[in-house]
Amino acid sequence: MMDMSTVRLQSTRAAVFGSASAIGAALPFLLLLIIGATLPLFAGGYWGLIATRACVYWVLVAGLNLVVGFAGQIAIGWVALLTLGAYTTSVLAAGNVMPPFPPYVALVIAAVVGAVFGVIIGLPALRLRTFYFAITTLGFATIVTQVALAWQSVTGGGVGVPGPILPEPFSSPWGFYYFCFALAAICTWMTANVAASRFGRALTAIRDAEVAAEACGIAKPALLVTVFLFSGAVAAVAGGLFAVLQSYITPDAFTFDLSLLFFIAILIGGRGSVLGPLLGTILLTFLPEFAAPLVAWSAFLYAVLLLVIVLVVPGGIAEMLDFRNRRPLESNRAIIPSPDLLPRLLDANANAGALTLEQVAVSFGGVRAIDGLDLAIQPQQVHGLIGPNGSGKTTVLNVISGYYAPLAGVAKLNGVALPAHAQHNRAQLRIARTFQTPRLIGAASVLHNVMIGGTIDGCGSFVESLLSLPRHRRDEAVLHEQAMLALATVGLEQLAPVRVDRLPHSALRFVEIARALMLRPAFLLLDEPAAGLSAEEIRRLGALIVAVARQGAGVLLVEHHADLIFDICDHITVLNLGRILAAGTPTEIRSHREVVNAYLGG
Amino acid sequence: MVESIVSYGVGIGCIYALIGITYNVMFSASRVFSFTAGILGMLGGVLGSLFIARLGMPVVVGFALTLAAGALFGVLTEIVAVRPVLKSLEQHLYVLSTLALALMIQQFTAIEWSTEPQPFPRLFAIARGGFDQEFWMPMLACVVVVVGLELLYRYTLVGRAFLAISEDNYAARALGLPERALRTASYALAGMIGVLAGFAGGEMLLAFFANAPMLTFYGFVPVALGGMGNNRGAVVAGLLLGLFQQAANFLVGGIFASVAVFTMFIIVLLARPEGLAGMAAERRV
Repeated sequence: MMDMSTVRLQSTRAAVFGSASAIGAALPFLLLLIIGATLPLFAGGYWGLIATRACVYWVLVAGLNLVVGFAGQIAIGWVALLTLGAYTTSVLAAGNVMPPFPPYVALVIAAVVGAVFGVIIGLPALRLRTFYFAITTLGFATIVTQVALAWQSVTGGGVGVPGPILPEPFSSPWGFYYFCFALAAICTWMTANVAASRFGRALTAIRDAEVAAEACGIAKPALLVTVFLFSGAVAAVAGGLFAVLQSYITPDAFTFDLSLLFFIAILIGGRGSVLGPLLGTILLTFLPEFAAPLVAWSAFLYAVLLLVIVLVVPGGIAEMLDFRNRRPLESNRAIIPSPDLLPRLLDANANAGALTLEQVAVSFGGVRAIDGLDLAIQPQQVHGLIGPNGSGKTTVLNVISGYYAPLAGVAKLNGVALPAHAQHNRAQLRIARTFQTPRLIGAASVLHNVMIGGTIDGCGSFVESLLSLPRHRRDEAVLHEQAMLALATVGLEQLAPVRVDRLPHSALRFVEIARALMLRPAFLLLDEPAAGLSAEEIRRLGALIVAVARQGAGVLLVEHHADLIFDICDHITVLNLGRILAAGTPTEIRSHREVVNAYLGG
Repeated sequence: MVESIVSYGVGIGCIYALIGITYNVMFSASRVFSFTAGILGMLGGVLGSLFIARLGMPVVVGFALTLAAGALFGVLTEIVAVRPVLKSLEQHLYVLSTLALALMIQQFTAIEWSTEPQPFPRLFAIARGGFDQEFWMPMLACVVVVVGLELLYRYTLVGRAFLAISEDNYAARALGLPERALRTASYALAGMIGVLAGFAGGEMLLAFFANAPMLTFYGFVPVALGGMGNNRGAVVAGLLLGLFQQAANFLVGGIFASVAVFTMFIIVLLARPEGLAGMAAERRV
């Protein structure tokens, strides 16, 4: 066991390690910044033009990256927002319908329009998944082009409109390049900030472990709408810049190939990375220039590239650059929890109420999964829930955590009814849970996964994270410290930087517990935490669970390992076919004849 | 005017319905919505025009070759874009792999065929008039496909095996059904239905590469409204979509029609993601 000073030592070491890797992570960006800033010194005007185009595209892709790469929404028609922004800026600046606006004002208005339409396109993603959302964005892209063609009085139809001209000093090609470059740099900085914030992590949770995200209190609709606002706004700004760059726009300029370029740049780069998609954008913009005869085939090649990536390297550039996670892991490292750290992690017990189920019934079709169940989980106690397969144990958990609405009866916390179908409000009530099959983000580090458990404890807003304001940095520091402490508590602190999909199964169980502890739970629901663990690991897990309860939390333990249940539970409920077969202390249950016959055997 | 709204609307509605059925046949076999559905429709027009108009083949030969090419492309889709990703846990991959394949074919067609719409030959040497072959051919194709599928699923062993796979893949495999071969066969069947849609609707839509994304979107609307895997729902929704679109086209102009269809699509999907006729699946945690 480790004492406090070693933990402190290790977290300082982790902090040093962290800042060193932060410099390492920032290095490629700095390099690109230097190359970009000094470009006119060594490149001709034509390359300047291509570089400007890359910057314009990146302004859009940076925002789209949060939607596609982080939130995992397959938005393939984002060219629609580029079109929208380009036409809004051009039409307003040219004064087709109203007195002309100065170009900068037109850009700002375009950003607002883009934000609104970003949300409109994005709305379906709140309810629909994968293909449906992809097809919706595709439909939107088709329609925007049709409208641009048909609405002649405003857009000039097939003839088009002239793009806006920026005033000095940005009217010259290099001047405009620096304007776009600055915006691209700002977008990089902002999205990198979001990526490293609780919002970025929450997005990855929605992408890879949506159910767990809800259990951690992440409200998907609000978060996605925020991201769509941002992404729509920057896409429309990119559209305005695109119009300036083209100097004259027609609907033909906005082909679906562009949409493809944006989308594929992100996938080539790798999901959940900022650097990868940035390199992907640069690559795809410059690639056709090196292979002139291939220009006509560029969209075809992008499509081939997409297929190759999907089939061969789903992780993209980012995964190829992730050298740290290629080092072999120490094998057979024992996971040794340190329950003595719990007092620092969990609040002193302030909750006195119980979590109760009263006459709860749930049915699926005609099958009664649970049928009139009464249950009370007391603080400071470990409550075991056992029973044969199909007896309704996990259903009980899902009623408490709000995934299922009971047909009859009610779940109450401290006498107040818990609303059904409000999964994400359980975290606010400090009810944490783990899952039968661990639900984690495989592509993210252990630390990243555990920090997600504390998402609701941040106080900074999305905008504060975007701009890296003090509250955001304070949130991050606190979350980092808490997560390292939670990891030390379950015995995984040394694996903090490792990708979760490289861990053995038993470690995943402990990562989930660490994530649940981040919520400082008043009630902790564990769904078969010992499944797949060795006997020694089960013993350590038992000690940890008891320590969590003694710290004040009420624990509901669903398990099949009878030994663990009888060793650590204060109270046991035995279910059979959705009804209570027996309830009482371990001693009472052990001698209960029906339980012994039906379940324990012998 | 009512007459032309109805004939255009029903004609195009049948094409949408057929593309919807193409989606459904692939979906039933693999739980995958493939972006290649619209591509198949586009290929039906382009290949028909290529074989009959450009290469001067007899109509029957051109039709048979088009169907064969459709079946081949269906099998190719299964092998290249579906089979490798079915095993993957990541559910989004099939969206990307089928999209990639669809775009490859679309770009290839644009470059090697033409970027401009090309005429589609008249198949029967009858004089143009009122309810022309242009309109009744898609209808005929739609009726043949719907009735054919019903007969296949209901009365043949292979058809029942298709149903078993779409109901419960694992159970069907446990019974010893050759799941992989059946899936490939489904994709071949879907390929033929898809090109048939484009071939029958060739005169209406012309041989044009850009029909692909258009059909991919408008062909999916009947699936979304009619419920996944529900062919009858797709036909009803496809006809309604065609009539609505044409009525709006004639009465208030094209922009409104597209915007209205899109808005309706989103609203229905948001209100009833399982389709107007479908049932919500229980969520599993």
